[in-house]
Amino acid sequence: MCQSQGKELLDNDKMSPSSPDAITPHGEYGTIPIRRRTPEGGSSRLKPALVRTAPRGLTIVRDSHVGRVRQHNEDAWLTLDLSYQENDGQTMIALLILADGMGGHADGDLASTLAVRTAAACVMQDAILPYLSPEVVGAQRYSLHETLVRAVQVANEAVYRSLPDAGTTLTMALVLKQKAYLAHVGDSRAYLLENGNLRRITRDHSLAARLVETGQTTPEEMLGHRNILYRAVGHSSTIEVDTHTESFVDGSCLLLCSDGLWAKMSDSEIAKVLMSESDAQSAVGKLITVANERGGEDNITLILAVCNEG
Amino acid sequence: METLKLQPEQSRQHKAVSTTLPPGTILQGRYQIIKVIGLGGMGAVYQVRDKHFQAAQRLCALKEMIVNTSDPSKRRLAAQIFEREANILATLSHPSIPKIHDYFTYEGRHYLVLEFVEGLDLEAVLRVIRTPLPAERVVDWAIQICDVLSYLHDHDPPIVFRDLKPSNIMVRPSNRIVLIDFGIARTINVGDKGTMIGTEGYSPPEQYRGIASPQGDIYALGATMHHLLTRRDPRLHPPFSFAEELPSRVNPSVSKELEAIVMKALEYDPTARYSTAEEMKTALLRCCAPSEASAVTLASLQAPASVENCSGVTTSSAESQAGQGVAAVASESIVPIWRFRCEDEVRSSPVVADGTLYVGCYDNNLYALNARTGEFIWKYATEGGIAATPCIWKDRVLFGSEDRFFYAVSIRSGRILWTCPTEGRIRSSARVELEHAFFGSDDRRLYAVNAHNGQVVWRFEALEAVRSSPAVGDEMVYVGSDDYHLYAIDLQTGRQRWKFRTNRNVISSPILHGGLVVFGSMDWNVYALDERSGWAVWRFRTNHAVVGSPRIMDEVVYIGSADGYLYALELGNGRLVWKFNTGGQVVSTPAVTDKSVYISTLGGDIISINRKTGKEQWRFRTGGPVPSSPCVYEETVYVGSNDHNVYALPA
Repeated sequence: MCQSQGKELLDNDKMSPSSPDAITPHGEYGTIPIRRRTPEGGSSRLKPALVRTAPRGLTIVRDSHVGRVRQHNEDAWLTLDLSYQENDGQTMIALLILADGMGGHADGDLASTLAVRTAAACVMQDAILPYLSPEVVGAQRYSLHETLVRAVQVANEAVYRSLPDAGTTLTMALVLKQKAYLAHVGDSRAYLLENGNLRRITRDHSLAARLVETGQTTPEEMLGHRNILYRAVGHSSTIEVDTHTESFVDGSCLLLCSDGLWAKMSDSEIAKVLMSESDAQSAVGKLITVANERGGEDNITLILAVCNEG
Repeated sequence: METLKLQPEQSRQHKAVSTTLPPGTILQGRYQIIKVIGLGGMGAVYQVRDKHFQAAQRLCALKEMIVNTSDPSKRRLAAQIFEREANILATLSHPSIPKIHDYFTYEGRHYLVLEFVEGLDLEAVLRVIRTPLPAERVVDWAIQICDVLSYLHDHDPPIVFRDLKPSNIMVRPSNRIVLIDFGIARTINVGDKGTMIGTEGYSPPEQYRGIASPQGDIYALGATMHHLLTRRDPRLHPPFSFAEELPSRVNPSVSKELEAIVMKALEYDPTARYSTAEEMKTALLRCCAPSEASAVTLASLQAPASVENCSGVTTSSAESQAGQGVAAVASESIVPIWRFRCEDEVRSSPVVADGTLYVGCYDNNLYALNARTGEFIWKYATEGGIAATPCIWKDRVLFGSEDRFFYAVSIRSGRILWTCPTEGRIRSSARVELEHAFFGSDDRRLYAVNAHNGQVVWRFEALEAVRSSPAVGDEMVYVGSDDYHLYAIDLQTGRQRWKFRTNRNVISSPILHGGLVVFGSMDWNVYALDERSGWAVWRFRTNHAVVGSPRIMDEVVYIGSADGYLYALELGNGRLVWKFNTGGQVVSTPAVTDKSVYISTLGGDIISINRKTGKEQWRFRTGGPVPSSPCVYEETVYVGSNDHNVYALPA
């Protein structure tokens, strides 16, 4: 019905009425030619070796070390890789969770484990399972950020109720297609390595970080002071959760770590290791080794996720 | 083991660090334990009866300090500090300081015998009274605290209390304040390792660098007053973030003057605070004396509720965060650069290109005006009202009309180039990408039309009218429909890739940014979806329909709601940065510049808001509702109004 013209057309050289002849079989009447964006040459140049050597798709390497001083490892991690192959390539689905527990007696490790498991169960139920089921999108009960925040809140309630003397940090990343959605409480950290730049995504919920943020001290001045968290899972009946959305594309690395690593290595030192090691496994090993060589006073836990789309 | 956790006091009862003494225990053959009245990190506080006074029921407080270290030098140090402070306390005499009767050591634990203070500590007061405390009451307590702090600071050598907080302040039934817990414990545990959860909340920043000064006590008093006035527990928020919740905003009994005193006490820089407690007391007395000044304060507190856009308002209400419907700058002070009168309502939003403004009108015309002068250049008459925003592409203006046609006219002459008929009124505005125009129609379709000749390439069929304007991405076109969905349509073929269901009509036009599709729905929410999968990344609920469209700058989403607010939300997580009460319904889209956000309202106003702070800069009232969205071009804000005018205002 769109072929008839309803108005007198005055400007002849521009005029070209839609006619049945113009109909092509692709769309209803034709197709719009689009320029597929080719990957920029720059990004492949900056792909670190550990990405190039990783298998195509998503690679997750994780490790935890008690350190050289402590008797117990109070850190906990959980990873889940549900990536699948579909027509065009792989679809990444993954969940990475890291927690650093603290508290009297043996409650610290119980808190981190409880938090990690509880949060994972929530995310699987509210985000991952619905994502895998071929329902119409929009049927989801919660947005991804709501799901992540709820998962941390449920973990908080669990720790608060059953382990009154303990608490834990919790840093979690849900990878879905080319994005990573993060939820974070405490002073474990998430970093994103992209185009050779290591960027810290999360903000430490510690007194020291607050003093630095408000310009009252320097990070150096706070070293050696007792670490005080103003936000942690299990600390009070309610909890505020930070969330972030990051793109996680070919050549990117997502690193989650406990303070056992970052208290011993600067961001640029961590970046250097990630850029120079030949593969993901050796990078994780190297980071733990350096942290231990520099004292290893705390537990050291890392999760490294690498995206290599070939 | 090396770690411990401080408790927000309103939370559960905590297991004691060590076992407490059972009731009935008699210490020193004299002090009989009645009950535990408090638990701290260093031990318990008991209520005891002094059996030396057989005939009288003499009650005392017995404070216990347990030194949890096996290191003999640390134990010795602890004993020394304990003794020294007990001796200091013995020399003090002030009605707000409990008297010390005795001190002793028993089974390795240290004890102080103190005057028993009847009453409640302020932490308990906060628990009992669930509403914000009246300013008058808090000021009365604060003045008494200033008195006792002055007494301590003037002592030779000066005594810094160092741990002022609601749980260390008792209120007697007579309303008399008493400071308890003279910090004997806290000097001892230096050099702890490991992570601890929970900040003290009330301590000044410099205390964490080991500096204890009278100005630190003043900060802690400010923090305590802030907590009492706002009920915002500083232990549950980022340290030193008091300015994020100004007392006057949550507690109507707090005057601007009182707020200024509290915030001065809370300055990061100790030298910016009151130099003495006496000085702070003087300020408190001055601000709260029942004088003319306080009468004015009361009046200004009542004003905002009844005043609607009055001019010449006081500075105090101009400073109020959310506008409250009060103009900081009276509308008289904004004079339009020009106005152009059309013959009907101007609901279309203007666009400016190369010094010419194009706008549609319900008088059926598309107007081209000189943007600098407002002079008429040409108009093109359709047979229906023009609600859509014109789209400029190369040498032509593209727009739809309620006469069901989509038009391309020459940018210079207004002569028609081509038309494309649809089967419904067109309210959707076009976007042009890849030489094609995309627009919706009330005939439920989204059209993809060759922008050169008007030839339809594909049409996508929704279930209800498409009034939203599409956003065009690399591979997909995104558009909302009155059928409650946001659709992602294959750019090449016009086939549906995914759809996302909201709970009401989607008239708002999506915006693409950072891999997210951001838009509003009449179900009151703002949504951000993953552009590839259509999954909701976050949503933000307003208090009414969201009809207007978002604008994004510096990773912040600006969007209005019919609830009257303009919201600034973080793009990455949907968190509120600020919100501004416009005083009228917002159905339009904001215009965003580096410094300002401009928004129009159905109340008839155009408002300029500081983009960083969310505070009003000016407002201009037109003679009718303004569904038209403002547009900014070369320091000028252009907007249409239902009063039939197009306005050019100085940005």
